[in-house]
Amino acid sequence: MASTSLKPIAAKRFGYLEAQHLLNRAAFGGTPTQVQALVSMGPAKAVDYLVDYEKVDDAYLPSPDADADIWAPPSKEEQELRRKAYRENKEEARAKVQAIRQQKQGQDRRQLAKLQQWWVDRMIATPRPLQEKLTLLWHNHFAVNYRGCEDSYLLLQQNEMFRDHAHGSFADLARGIVRDPAMLVFLNNDQNNKRKPNENLARELMELFTLGVGNYTEQDIKQGARALTGYTRRDNDFHFNKGQHDPGTKTILGKTGKFNGDDFAELCLAHKACPRFVAYKLYKEFVADVPKLQHVAGEQKRMIGRLGYMVRHHKYRLKPVLKTVFRSEHFYDDAVRGSKIKSPVELTVGLVRTLNTPQRSGRLLTDAMRMMGQEVFNPPNVAGWPGGKSWVNTSTMFIRQNLATYLITGKPPFNSGWSRKQMNYDATALIGDLDKPTADAVVGRLSDVLLGSAATSQRRTQLRQFLKDHNDRVTNDTLIALLCLITAMPEYQLC
Amino acid sequence: MNNAYTRRVFLQRSLAMVSASSTLPLFLQRSAFAVDNPFEYRATASRAGVPEDRILVVVQLAGGNDGLNTVIPFGDAEYYKARPQIGVKKDQALKFKGKAGDGLALHPSLAPLMELYDEGLLSIIQGVGYPNPNRSHFKSTDIWHTASPESGGQGNGWIGRYFDNTCDGEPEPNLCISIGDKAPLATYGEKVQPVAFEDADLFRWVGDELHPDLAQAYQTINRAGVSGEVDEGSTAAFLMRTALDAQVSSDKIRAAMEQPTSVNYPGTKLASSLKMVASMIKAGLGTRVYYTTMGGFDTHAGQAGRHDRLMRDFAQAVGRFYQDLKNQGNDKRVCIMTFSEFGRRVKQNASAGTDHGTAAPMFVIGDMVKPGIHGAHPSLTKLDRNGDLVFHTDFRSVYASIIDQWMGASSKDVLGRKFEHVPIFEAKKVG
Repeated sequence: MASTSLKPIAAKRFGYLEAQHLLNRAAFGGTPTQVQALVSMGPAKAVDYLVDYEKVDDAYLPSPDADADIWAPPSKEEQELRRKAYRENKEEARAKVQAIRQQKQGQDRRQLAKLQQWWVDRMIATPRPLQEKLTLLWHNHFAVNYRGCEDSYLLLQQNEMFRDHAHGSFADLARGIVRDPAMLVFLNNDQNNKRKPNENLARELMELFTLGVGNYTEQDIKQGARALTGYTRRDNDFHFNKGQHDPGTKTILGKTGKFNGDDFAELCLAHKACPRFVAYKLYKEFVADVPKLQHVAGEQKRMIGRLGYMVRHHKYRLKPVLKTVFRSEHFYDDAVRGSKIKSPVELTVGLVRTLNTPQRSGRLLTDAMRMMGQEVFNPPNVAGWPGGKSWVNTSTMFIRQNLATYLITGKPPFNSGWSRKQMNYDATALIGDLDKPTADAVVGRLSDVLLGSAATSQRRTQLRQFLKDHNDRVTNDTLIALLCLITAMPEYQLC
Repeated sequence: MNNAYTRRVFLQRSLAMVSASSTLPLFLQRSAFAVDNPFEYRATASRAGVPEDRILVVVQLAGGNDGLNTVIPFGDAEYYKARPQIGVKKDQALKFKGKAGDGLALHPSLAPLMELYDEGLLSIIQGVGYPNPNRSHFKSTDIWHTASPESGGQGNGWIGRYFDNTCDGEPEPNLCISIGDKAPLATYGEKVQPVAFEDADLFRWVGDELHPDLAQAYQTINRAGVSGEVDEGSTAAFLMRTALDAQVSSDKIRAAMEQPTSVNYPGTKLASSLKMVASMIKAGLGTRVYYTTMGGFDTHAGQAGRHDRLMRDFAQAVGRFYQDLKNQGNDKRVCIMTFSEFGRRVKQNASAGTDHGTAAPMFVIGDMVKPGIHGAHPSLTKLDRNGDLVFHTDFRSVYASIIDQWMGASSKDVLGRKFEHVPIFEAKKVG
């Protein structure tokens, strides 16, 4: 019987595999040394260390180098050109306007690519991995994609908002999102006005961001859309357009008043379904690949219910809830460990952080993530990435394996002209502290580091056989070969 | 006696199945299952009477293909007035035989399509679009992919939803294959995750290029199937099955690509994509939908020469592909559909190009089509306030016809409501 207890795990039960599990889920993995460091801290302090990340200095991380003004309001000259182009219908002016727009589009798309790499680099380098993991969670929860807003700077601003509130309060995130320019553009709230309400944001605010289906009516959406009228942006900032706002009385989720968009967010937060919905998202991110909330059943449903109660009790403050989860017996249960499928980001960033592999081409990494189905700043739609089994199919399995091989060896998938010089990786550090690096000990160590509790004895035998076939030589080459084989195992996709 | 015999056979078979289930890839398990069991597992359930081996090949012309220079209204003086430089000359355009094509012609580079038309294999649907057209590439593409203009292109893809509505349980691998580095939104659904690759040579592990010794160990690991140490229903078991499926699919796909094709394909990107599709169809992969894309249609400037080349590359690729299918004897199983996110403005711009527009023609190709031109050419004078053509046929009507009549599913379930069919299919060939 699996443990469903939220009581803290006993310190004596917190060994290497437990600490590694904590790092896999609450961070992006870690080197054997980092895992050992958490073991010595014990579960309570280890969790504090990861969750109270504001105490960790990260000021040295590079800030994104982004131009806020690519889509700045048109200059006087541009306005004049547009007037000619559209009011006077001058062909030449139209062509110029078009050319300017295309030039800006190109510039903005290049900036997006740079920001994607910046974020992935940050996830790899940060001493506050949980902060980035939560930022990614909120990006996936309040999902906006570049296709739908075509403004890279707005996405960066949103990303910073998520990072600022990552382990703060969910309520602040929900309050922030109804005033977030990227979201307002993405869900067409900039077109939501009192004469012609647009229901897009109102619907998703309840369905996907706070309550989940079945907890509101079509009438709530209509009335909520009225509350959100006039919530738009001016250049890069939120702007309340009073003239477009419908100041009348609305009835939303059973309450009546002259609500605006901020009030609407508060009404959602006050609804009894919201804490459980937040708990569900945390559970899905950190504990198990659960189906959609309405299909979750049995023990998992009860766990989410209990966490929902905690979310409510702590008034949406996330830290105490996260700490409870990460310390709980349930979190370390055999049924929970090694049961989730790594997202492409977790796979990529996790491998680099676990093996401490050298710098590789950032472009190749983001390309591979896109092919694996997770391009940051570009989730497929407002529902975000579905996750779980959807990450893996016959084509992404190969991309995952080839990416791992590339990170370890520097050998890109498409180029057969690889030379050993490109490898630049010393794998012997992984076994440096072994008293006797026998073939058995080496296989045990590498399988512990990369597979953790997902390792089966069949796999260890297969790896052992490989070493035997190579006269049990433990060299950097055979270690690299073993690493490539382990990361090409189906179980390596688990965490 | 008889009873005992039956039971013994049954036991043997079920034992065989138990052992098979841990080593065989999913789709082989299922075909083994199908041989022994009358309750055949169906990867995608078509309506009774509709064969399960029908294939849809989508060709997306990305960037906004100029519909007016594709199906050309040479009989309308307005056309040449609006396009003094880039209008296709009357004497160069390929005129349709027969009354239906009066005053209309195909672009001169579309000769291979005209051949299909003359053979009764091409159906052209005129004036296709949707209400309140969006002129952003991304937005309009998403609208076509999700078949949801109302939401501005939000949600899952229409092909993904087709699979959601027809698949039970853990779906077979490779039901939907997209040629390209990322599966398009159209193919996203809840149940089937689209397989996407640009080059079959990347549809494999490349680690064995580091050292040949790695190959055998890798194969042992990835072809082992479900280990006895994990629970059949676990995520680990799913991954082990998928790893084995990946190996078997890779063998099949790469072997298929190595076979010489029955025709020579041009060296263009679309041709090489369609060549891969033809090879996979020949190899009998069990795929129901193939998705291909050709880019470069955003002809804002200096359109004439560029669009000629685009038309030529497009038509040659499709023409050869169809011939290949014929030679294989698979032509009757395959329906090809082409679309672009929008057409282009009627009036040429100051750079001898065209800006983003709206309605445009779609092509549906195959033995099952009712050949000809469906619907009137949109008026060149009754334009919307941007100077764009006004659509008369919703693209979802075309999707609905394909889903209901060719794929044998329910378009109402896939598209959320009923759309009137366009008469593009020969009833007796799709029924």
